[in-house]
Amino acid sequence: MLNRYPLWKYLLILVVLLAGLVYSLPNLFPEDPAVQISSERGDATIDERQLERIRDDLGEAGIEITDAEREANRVLIRLDNADDQIRARDRISDMLGDEYVVALNLAESTPAWLQSLSASPMTLGLDLRGGVHFLLEVDMDAALEQRLEVNASAMREQLRSERIRYRDTEIEERTISMAFASAEDRDEARRLIAREFPDFDYASEGEDRGARLVMTMTDQAVNELQDYAINQNLTTLRNRVNELGVAEPLVQRQGPNRIVVELPGVQDTVAAKRIVGATANLEFRLEARPDTPDSETETFPFRNQESRSADLMRDVIISGDSVSNANHSFDENGRPQVNIDLDGTGGTLMNRATRTNIGRNMAVLFIEHKTRETTKTVDGEEVVEREPYTERGIISLATIQSALGNSFRITGLDSPTEAAELALLLRSGSLAAPIYFVQERTIGPSLGAENIERGIMSVQIGLLLVVLFMLVRYKVFGVFANVALALNLTLLVAAMSLLGATLTLPGIAGIVLTLGMAVDANVLIFERIREELREGLSVQQAIHAGYERAFTSIIDANITTLLVAVILFSIGTGPVKGFAVTLSLGIITSLFTALMVTRAMVNLTYGGKPVKKLWI
Amino acid sequence: MKSLVNRQLDFMGRRRVAFAISGLMLLVSIAALLFQQLNLGLDFTGGTLVEVRYAVAPSLDAVRQVLEGAGFRDVSVQTFGASTEVLIRLQQAFDPDVGEQVVNLLRNAGDEVELVRAEFVGAQVGDQLRDQSGMGLLVALGIVMLYVAARFQYKFAIGALLALLHDVIIVVGLFALFQWEFDLTVLAALLAVIGYSLNDTIVVYDRIRETIRKSRIDDMPTIFNEAINMTLSRTLATSGTTLLVLLALLLLGGDMIHFFAIALIAGVVVGTFSSIYVAAALLLAVKLDREDLIPPKKEDPEVEELP
Repeated sequence: MLNRYPLWKYLLILVVLLAGLVYSLPNLFPEDPAVQISSERGDATIDERQLERIRDDLGEAGIEITDAEREANRVLIRLDNADDQIRARDRISDMLGDEYVVALNLAESTPAWLQSLSASPMTLGLDLRGGVHFLLEVDMDAALEQRLEVNASAMREQLRSERIRYRDTEIEERTISMAFASAEDRDEARRLIAREFPDFDYASEGEDRGARLVMTMTDQAVNELQDYAINQNLTTLRNRVNELGVAEPLVQRQGPNRIVVELPGVQDTVAAKRIVGATANLEFRLEARPDTPDSETETFPFRNQESRSADLMRDVIISGDSVSNANHSFDENGRPQVNIDLDGTGGTLMNRATRTNIGRNMAVLFIEHKTRETTKTVDGEEVVEREPYTERGIISLATIQSALGNSFRITGLDSPTEAAELALLLRSGSLAAPIYFVQERTIGPSLGAENIERGIMSVQIGLLLVVLFMLVRYKVFGVFANVALALNLTLLVAAMSLLGATLTLPGIAGIVLTLGMAVDANVLIFERIREELREGLSVQQAIHAGYERAFTSIIDANITTLLVAVILFSIGTGPVKGFAVTLSLGIITSLFTALMVTRAMVNLTYGGKPVKKLWI
Repeated sequence: MKSLVNRQLDFMGRRRVAFAISGLMLLVSIAALLFQQLNLGLDFTGGTLVEVRYAVAPSLDAVRQVLEGAGFRDVSVQTFGASTEVLIRLQQAFDPDVGEQVVNLLRNAGDEVELVRAEFVGAQVGDQLRDQSGMGLLVALGIVMLYVAARFQYKFAIGALLALLHDVIIVVGLFALFQWEFDLTVLAALLAVIGYSLNDTIVVYDRIRETIRKSRIDDMPTIFNEAINMTLSRTLATSGTTLLVLLALLLLGGDMIHFFAIALIAGVVVGTFSSIYVAAALLLAVKLDREDLIPPKKEDPEVEELP
């Protein structure tokens, strides 16, 4: 019979709509300012006693805690307002010291029964809601020193190959100074080096055994290096933040040597902070033979067993910079591992080194640049002193069984979290220069309250106009279309919440567009029904034919748009990606509501009954 | 609107006039893009960041108004940590005096303000993002062409692509011509325009295909007119409702969505126009034939059954 749906279709529609309602509900609950505490490696948190101490301490300072939640790997302390939030963060982080990371957060306040269904609200973007703001400073001195070290060793290499004897090199601020046994050697060296390294100003000092060559990096070269370091770090940070899955972040240069990272709304801010600032890298080195001269070896402790150590060769086979891809998984015994793919050169180097050294041990060295911060009071003012240090530890030492190629795996990591983070860092590239946090704040919406209010109001009025238009033009069918439109919006919000998408102003553009397209689908169908009625078809036949014939138009139009959206999503980044997510989800939900839901309503109202006239 | 149903408008008869209008608009747009260039917003250019500390929490909208009143462009004002600390971003090439200038303006407005820092900020949109998005768009257009060519015919694909380019160039050209500010929200609007225009074009194409298959005459302009007239009430209803929403955004939405709404309005108008006069009329120019749409007989009988 025409215009009847089987029962299962009604049930399916009902189930989808109910699910949509449930998963869109969390968006009605506002977020609380909060402080999040996790251990430095992200796998543990403070115990009940420490939490009690924090409560007491904050109580003394007159900061009211709304709620404190302990989870497996983090503690979330909810507070009344943003002012309290910053004070609480400072006090807690002073109290807990270096072992814990304390970060600002915005905590959702979804009721427990919704949370148990893993429903959570959409994140509002930086423009609509604000988020967390990190200001990072690039350590330019360290970048310069690293560059000079690299240059100095290349110069020594060159001198060695030309058999010119040098004594020692000193690096100071922006100069390399190299000592020679005689003035002739020095002049010969100057001639050779100056040809290869145009970035330096050269000066010869002293005579005979005191002969020195002083090479100072030019201003221009220093500026170029700084720009390079900042831009390289910007790219790496963008990659990392994107890898974290943070939607709609902002990564921007500020001033000559700083970088701003802003993350919207509810996120695991501690993880973000750890990843953003991380400088972990890997080095692959051979273990030294017993007869290797001391000058060519270095001794390192094992990372998870400080008392054990091993002598490794000074020469590095490859470092993490040669990694082209990395991801984490588990080995046969369920221990975390990182699978690594090397780029072309890296693969060749690794193959050459392992092929000739089968039977020897190879070590994977984990390197982290960190800074220790100490606050001192100098002349009544608090001054933060930063002391950079480097942690190096062996994470695995294994016998080379056969020549390694482009891809292999490493084990010996402490936890799955650590494996995941190491893989992420290797994938997104290392930082050209160490960076450290200088400021961490919550930041308000960039659009301003009045603008957001007006924006939301105008969208509401616009939708109201559409609803009225549809009612006037299509009467009863207008009611169907409007109900479908409301359900479409609910479903879209639910889908975006489930996916953890971030809603920004461009995202709202996507929503407006999809609602427009949803209306279009119904307009197409209704106009077609009218046409069929004019052609003289009976009411039931007209409804049937209208839906049927409009179907190809609607499907073609929506699939082409969906194609655009999907490709923009897979290739685009940042705001383009956010827009694409909204658009693709919107197309799918609007197809469902405009085709199935309105049809169900039409069928329920008219299907299988003798109807003389349609109010359309 | 009922009256339109029975009246047959001769769309294709005026296609030369329409081509001339399109050509003129394209020419002006391209000239504007070449000679005036786009007025890119803070998102793309970077600018100056000023951090200030108030004695009492200010109204952010008032701060924004003071600065915009003084001629600063593209001002974003945010609370920064505490409600008394305010972060201001301006699209203004950085010079050391900007900070003082801003603070003086705010002081003159009667507030107690001190300057914390003033620094330049880089673009939010990196080169990488720009290149990737551009690449993404090209790939997307390519795939859409393939899809349209497969579902319809390659002549339709050419028409759809040219219609899209037409719309994008004209909307971007408008922004260059009037020196409206082009920022990330406008970019999003532009993507939405692409979606809308494509949607509209396909609906018209679908009806043209159907009419060609049904009709017995070979006079393409007449067939096209019939098809476009049949979709006319739908076109007016859809672009009408979309324009209703956009007009509400434009008139009531405040200055942040202003250009966003303008871009979409221009896009919807141009997109509707181009579906008829670029996408459809071009099919006449490339000599679309009934044979182009007759599926290879017998090999795949199911194709015929498509409603």
